[in-house]
Amino acid sequence: MKEIETMETVGVRKAGLPVRQAGSELAPRGVHEEGIGVDSLSAYFGKHRVIKNVSLRIPKRQVTALIGPSGCGKTTFLRTINRMHELTKDARVEGKILVDGVDIYGSGINPVQVRRRIGMVFQKPNPFPSMSILENVVAGLRLNGRYPRKELLEIVQRTLVQAALWDEVKDKLHQSGTSLSGGQQQRLCIARTLAVEPDVILMDEPASALDPLSTAKIEELIFDLKKRYTIVIVTHNMQQAARVSDRTAFFYIGELIEYGSTKEMFTHPSKRQTEDYITGRFG
Amino acid sequence: MSKADRMWLRRRLLDRAMTGIFSLSMAVVLLPLVFIVVFLVIQGASSINWNFFTKVPAPVGEPGGGMGNAILGSFFVILLASLVGVPIGLLGGIFLGEFPGSRLSNVTRFAADVLNGTPSIVMGVFAYSVVVMRMHSFSALAGGFALGIMMVPIMLRTTDEMLQLVPQMVREASLALGIPYWRTVMSVVLRSAKSGLITGVLLAMARIAGETAPLLFTAFNNAFWTTSLVQPIATLPVQIFTYAISPYDDWHRQAWAGALFLMLLVFGINILVRFVTRQPQEVSS
Repeated sequence: MKEIETMETVGVRKAGLPVRQAGSELAPRGVHEEGIGVDSLSAYFGKHRVIKNVSLRIPKRQVTALIGPSGCGKTTFLRTINRMHELTKDARVEGKILVDGVDIYGSGINPVQVRRRIGMVFQKPNPFPSMSILENVVAGLRLNGRYPRKELLEIVQRTLVQAALWDEVKDKLHQSGTSLSGGQQQRLCIARTLAVEPDVILMDEPASALDPLSTAKIEELIFDLKKRYTIVIVTHNMQQAARVSDRTAFFYIGELIEYGSTKEMFTHPSKRQTEDYITGRFG
Repeated sequence: MSKADRMWLRRRLLDRAMTGIFSLSMAVVLLPLVFIVVFLVIQGASSINWNFFTKVPAPVGEPGGGMGNAILGSFFVILLASLVGVPIGLLGGIFLGEFPGSRLSNVTRFAADVLNGTPSIVMGVFAYSVVVMRMHSFSALAGGFALGIMMVPIMLRTTDEMLQLVPQMVREASLALGIPYWRTVMSVVLRSAKSGLITGVLLAMARIAGETAPLLFTAFNNAFWTTSLVQPIATLPVQIFTYAISPYDDWHRQAWAGALFLMLLVFGINILVRFVTRQPQEVSS
């Protein structure tokens, strides 16, 4: 199937510029500031500081893996990037996250607008239980009242094809989203995220609840998606990080221990802790 | 007999004894219900006929007559009560369910529990002073108001509980798509809890359908057909009460029939609830 894009978005993508969405409240940004720049970020649950002064730059249209033992703060870090962290009671954030040059924690920035541009796939597949497959895919658009009926169907097909799910569900679009297998549900969730055309996709251990075959499919998908999206993925699986990511960040007890190209990190880690973790000596 | 054998026997006997006690308790719980149903059917079934549903009460001594106006009146008053109780209870319950930890929620939840335990006659007195005294007349409106207020705390608590059953994951999925919170609640959370909420409404209706005390001095009674908001109106519970305390056998029979019908009504609503909740519950495990 040919991808349906407006002339405008095609033009913008070819020029390597981020696709601007109608209604976005974020200010214009410079091309040289592309990607995600995290600047001395700390995140708290109440008094407990779970992310400690982390700074790093996540490049555009690459896959960045966050690894580290349980409880090291990688999921929390991920959730600060689309301002989901602050939804937890007593949670707060200090520092800056610049997405294409705009501080998403800046004053006047609406977290709802941030989340429209920075999508998220959760650890456990979570399609909307009361909605059909089709409704699930377009939920993000429909509930923002953005598209007429006709265009919705095209978007459904396009995003399901992108999420490598179309062939499996094209004959049962009106069945419940929860009737699918776990792996299919997760791809449905990815399609749902793609439908709102984010620039960035955050994935929180997207394959940890899935069997090896489904995991392989998700990994293939990630490989495809990075052509168009910036992807940040939390994973517990070293092999997965090595397979899918371009860059890897190793977290330990809330601190960023090491960050660099995945290849480099998995062959010549510069820190002892990283090496111990990667080789399975702890964690 | 070895020690192990004795232990085994002991456990076996204890098991039997406990199972027996539990079964007995179950029977004791069920027995009153069975008795009431059987008794009502015996006493009331013979008086349930076409006239019962279509006629207004006949004067003493005259044969025939029925509870048609009271049945209609009950439905009318329940409808009025729902118009008061369902919106307030539902909206308040959404607040409780979505902001469960807030101070206002805790106060409201406590108030709802107190209100739930308040004798229903108090609601009647309240409605009497607020509506009846001001309008200088008993009315269907006053009855609906009294029962509506009774529905509010019931609706509050069921909505609260139903919304808290919706997994946080579902809310997060919606929020992560850039859907505003209000929209998330209206279109995703409420939709996920739909069958539970319908159940709540139905059970609240069933609960107030049999209330007599609040209606005695609000809706009062009426021997004729009416659907006027500002006039007294007959309702099943009040009509049953009036007939039951009368000295006439004819009226007693009508009271039994009314009671049977009222019970069937509540029974019917409960069956409907079963049906609603049995619809494929697609809440992901």
